[in-house]
Amino acid sequence: MTDTANTFIASKIECRNVDVFYADKQAIFDVSFNIPDRSVTALIGPSGCGKSTFLRCLNRMNDTIDIARVEGTIMMDGADINASAVDAVLLRSRVGMVFQKPNPFPKSIYDNVAYGARIHGLAATKPALDEIVETSLRRAGLWAEVKDRLTAPGTSLSGGQQQRLCIARAIAIGPEVILMDEPCSALDPIATAKIEELIDELRQRFCIVMVTHSMQQAARVSQRTAFFNEGRLIEIGDTETIFTNPHDQQTQDYITGRFG
Amino acid sequence: MMQQHIVSAFTSELEQLSANLLRMGGLAEAMIKDAGRAVVSRDAELAQSVIDRDHEMDRLEQACEREAVRILALRQPMASDLRNVIGSIKLADALERIGDLARNIAVRSIAVGDSDNRAALRGVERMGQAVSRQLQVALDAYARRDAVAALAVVHQDDDIDSHYNALLRAMLVYMVEDPEQLDTRSNFLFIVKNLERIGDHCTNIAKVVHFIATGQPVANDYSKISAAPNKDAPNNEDA
Repeated sequence: MTDTANTFIASKIECRNVDVFYADKQAIFDVSFNIPDRSVTALIGPSGCGKSTFLRCLNRMNDTIDIARVEGTIMMDGADINASAVDAVLLRSRVGMVFQKPNPFPKSIYDNVAYGARIHGLAATKPALDEIVETSLRRAGLWAEVKDRLTAPGTSLSGGQQQRLCIARAIAIGPEVILMDEPCSALDPIATAKIEELIDELRQRFCIVMVTHSMQQAARVSQRTAFFNEGRLIEIGDTETIFTNPHDQQTQDYITGRFG
Repeated sequence: MMQQHIVSAFTSELEQLSANLLRMGGLAEAMIKDAGRAVVSRDAELAQSVIDRDHEMDRLEQACEREAVRILALRQPMASDLRNVIGSIKLADALERIGDLARNIAVRSIAVGDSDNRAALRGVERMGQAVSRQLQVALDAYARRDAVAALAVVHQDDDIDSHYNALLRAMLVYMVEDPEQLDTRSNFLFIVKNLERIGDHCTNIAKVVHFIATGQPVANDYSKISAAPNKDAPNNEDA
């Protein structure tokens, strides 16, 4: 594996020798790398290369799959997230996730954003909750569009608005890390551009890890890019280096469209 | 050679771009040689044919530029493909400039008038051959994406410069010999200067080829240049 990235950036997450198995089948092989805080790290690679599986390790989403087994260590702020003392639900409040298809709850726009804050008891009063909802919607770039119809169902919004609602919902509980699994693949170019602009703003305060099938998107929004193939991390480096002068031939072949 | 693209039209567009550049390169080589010969042999017809060929050069440059812009817009090339496309815009520009300079030499060759200074003429011819050889090696390096061969061209530029300095001195003596002919003989200065400029463009072409092949610019200090492929660690550069 080639790592051409700067090593002096503060790491939020450190992965060491991570293996993932689905029953007997190994999906991730010996992946080690650091994910810096306050920046966007893009995971790219062909379908089935393990990038989504790897992403799901970071908030222990693989726990929900009976046959899945994760080995190796994943440290967040120096603490092992797979340690038996760590509550997965609490972990997921620190590590938010946005999925490929916008999946708002069948509730009002307001309740979608307020949901997590209520569960985690983040607001003692109604004004405090209002505050969280407004701030989250503002940060997700959606406030101006929905402030007059907060009681309308979340599902009444357009696809791009729904995805921004899901991002607002994710940031409402004050996470430190946001995982995004192809957040724009169901959106048109305008909605995609808005999400990308949003991601660029969010990286000022969050550690963002994003899986994307669009290499142009990885090039546009990420600072670091990791290329996965067949369950292995092939190369990681500054995004600019990966897309202008990658060191590994496999990376080169993939990003120039010569793969397989 | 490189693996094919999944989208085969992309591969053929890049090949087309390369082929057009090599066509420009072949044209430039011939123009330099013929312009040099026109000076030495006082052949106005040959000079005129060099002047005429410059139009074809301009046309090819525009075609290369159009194709490069088209690939950038439609294919969003990455990594080595991106360097190839950006590099080809620079190469087309340099070759077009070489065409202009060769054309200028041809124009001057007509204005030189009847010259009886065989030594000066032979000097021009030799320098013309040396420059044309530089271009040939640079273009071969481009065709093979050969960073080592490209670096050899960069090193050779010192030879062109010493040709230039020697010839310049000879020309000054030649001009002083007969002040009456200063007008026509001063054309030699421009011819020699143009050859020297062509040599500089050849060096630039070689540097672009090195960048296309390795992704690394050529360091200014020649002793520190490495032709190592980009797989090597950056700190091997001094090897």
